[in-house]
Amino acid sequence: MNTQTDIQHGSAYFLDDTRAPEVVHTLCVVVDNEPGVLARVIGLFSGRGYNIESLTVSETQHESHISRITIQTRGTSAVLEQIKAQLERLVPVHSVADLTVSGNAIERELALIKVTGKGEQRVEALRLADAFRARVVDATNDNFVFELTGKTRKVDQFISLMQPLGLKEVVRTGIAAISRGPEAMMI
Amino acid sequence: MGEQDGQQMTGAEIILTALADQGVAHVFGYPGGAVLPIYDEIFQQEHVRHILVRHEQGATHAAEGYARSTGKAGVVLVTSGPGATNAVTGLTDALMDSIPMVCITGQVPTHLIGNDAFQECDTVGITRPCTKHNYLVKDVNDLARIMHEAFYVATSGRPGPVVVDVPKDVQFATGTYVGPQNIVHKTYKPTVAGTPERIAQAVELLATAKRPIIYSGGGVINSGPQASKLLRELVAMTGYPITSTLMGLGAFPASGKEWVGMLGMHGTYEANMAMHDCDVMLCVGARFDDRITGRTDAFSPDSKKIHIDIDPSSINKIIPVDVPIVGDCANVLGDIIAGLKARGQEQNWDALQGWWRQIGRWRRVECLKYKANSDVIMPQYAIERLYELTKDRETYITTEVGQHQMWAAQFYRFEEPNKWMTSGGLGTMGYGLPAAAGVQVAHPDALVIDIAGDASVLMTIQEMSTAVQHKLPIKIFILNNQYMGMVRQWQQLLHGNRLSESYTEALPDFVKLAEAYGCVGMQCSKPQDLDGAIQAMIDCDQPVIFDCRVANLANCFPMIPSGKAHNEMLLGEEVSDEEVGSAVDEAGKVLV
Repeated sequence: MNTQTDIQHGSAYFLDDTRAPEVVHTLCVVVDNEPGVLARVIGLFSGRGYNIESLTVSETQHESHISRITIQTRGTSAVLEQIKAQLERLVPVHSVADLTVSGNAIERELALIKVTGKGEQRVEALRLADAFRARVVDATNDNFVFELTGKTRKVDQFISLMQPLGLKEVVRTGIAAISRGPEAMMI
Repeated sequence: MGEQDGQQMTGAEIILTALADQGVAHVFGYPGGAVLPIYDEIFQQEHVRHILVRHEQGATHAAEGYARSTGKAGVVLVTSGPGATNAVTGLTDALMDSIPMVCITGQVPTHLIGNDAFQECDTVGITRPCTKHNYLVKDVNDLARIMHEAFYVATSGRPGPVVVDVPKDVQFATGTYVGPQNIVHKTYKPTVAGTPERIAQAVELLATAKRPIIYSGGGVINSGPQASKLLRELVAMTGYPITSTLMGLGAFPASGKEWVGMLGMHGTYEANMAMHDCDVMLCVGARFDDRITGRTDAFSPDSKKIHIDIDPSSINKIIPVDVPIVGDCANVLGDIIAGLKARGQEQNWDALQGWWRQIGRWRRVECLKYKANSDVIMPQYAIERLYELTKDRETYITTEVGQHQMWAAQFYRFEEPNKWMTSGGLGTMGYGLPAAAGVQVAHPDALVIDIAGDASVLMTIQEMSTAVQHKLPIKIFILNNQYMGMVRQWQQLLHGNRLSESYTEALPDFVKLAEAYGCVGMQCSKPQDLDGAIQAMIDCDQPVIFDCRVANLANCFPMIPSGKAHNEMLLGEEVSDEEVGSAVDEAGKVLV
């Protein structure tokens, strides 16, 4: 996933700076589920010119009004350190964890994929779905909706395989991630 | 405090009770439809005095001046829609300069929110990126808690502005009041004490430094008087040279022998050279702003850097440091002093003497020298005379933004913290006049002077009416050169002397303008008349607009051109027109 691309740093004084390599990290942000909290988090990213590759958010502890935001972001290691510090500075943020730094986290996303076709194409789509352990959640004579859960790469791969077999529509949740082992980010 | 805990009252009453419980004596504001219940409550009480301004931006800058000169939060009250949007500049200014402020904005009734109602705007949406935090209060029973939380968030940690947006129906509704003593914040808990290991590392670096420099900033002022006291103690103890950012002036006295002047783009030669050549840098409550660092890849290349900051996101943001210490300046400085005492002094005095000799050589460059003139008032001379004639009084200085601001920073000598109010981070023209009004409200008997430029002062000149109404005898000392001087200076440096729109062709007659506002106007254009005129201004017990006609084409030096390093300064005296024209290369031209 590591790529090196030209990026424009926050300050124009970095014009001649050497380009540090960019990496993709997954951050977990535990926040108070109050109005506007998501806008605060994503406004921080757009306002300071950070990237969002994937964003997933939902309330996780209803009684204590806690939501968990999983953000996949791309940047140099200095920028990633800055993103974490800036997130921690927001008043309704409880804690921020960099799951890529803590290592080997479980990352999954869910996709719903609509494929239309007849005859051999249809059989092939179903066969591949079976191989990827995608479930058929809707079917008519000439269409399927598959439900697939897995790593981003697996979802990408399945979608590209469906391309020549009548792929019509895709929706993805973005990544949800959790660390391995007994340590937990509860409040 | 607390006697009204648990009582039932209206939202408007809750706001006023909370302000009283927070010890707020003054509110700067402007009424309108969506805050009428609060204004009705203000009318019926005596704890809080309301200062009516002429424009909401004026209220925010006045609150900033009030906050900066007292260390307390400045409080602003404005209506919905345009009231809130007019406050945005001051909120952003307070965010950039870490000024504690609580801004209460009216909002249309809850059931109309989102309907494009009259004077509706998405205040929390608009102010989200320009406040430290903001709240929309939808339930009157949350109002008291939010009010107290707002003060806590605004004043603790790295201070900043907080907006509380209160719909009109919430102001009318009845709810339960809670006092400030019951407020514990769930998530917001700033770190104030530095970690002992890091402090030990800092002590070791400082004790063994050969070419040390202390670089202090606005964080020392925000931390409170104790931080300035400890900073002075540290310098006295070590004999190390000290410089400061624009925001930090006054934390260390300009008369101190270790003082090498302000650093940065218009800082002194000795301060910038010392920053560049030092081997250990102690940054206290400053943030390596681009006006300080110049080009970052050539910034102080051979030094170990210690950075004390209460905001973890300021550390390693621009300049990577060796010893980061998250904590309050006073706390950490206290620990460092204790550490140095415990360690015992075994400083390398020879090296330190050599370093001071080097600094002496840089000082002899006399970077602030300017060509004296007996026919026209040089702006630098005007500030020097102003300083000499006001230094023995309790004097507070505010400024607008531009050349006059830099001359004020270079030539007015600050001895104490909280006496200098200027818009550093945002660079807001129009800051100084309302800020002076706010300072004067907090310090009615002090001499409060806004060192202004002719262009800046017109941006908020309407607040002279505020000063007259509230009998605030502020002195507006305009260095009038008929140009937007700093814009012109940059056009000379970067754009082939093509002075596009930087000359103000139709300035008002400032003396008549003062009279129109019902205050006193003065004008001076001869150096030999200046002392007498300044004295007359000081002696006047009314607000004064002083039109000081200065040399029109003077420029502000020394200067680090954009995109250059600390050791590539342009000095004023010997700089030729050709050097000025070629000082900034192509890459530097895109910088601001």
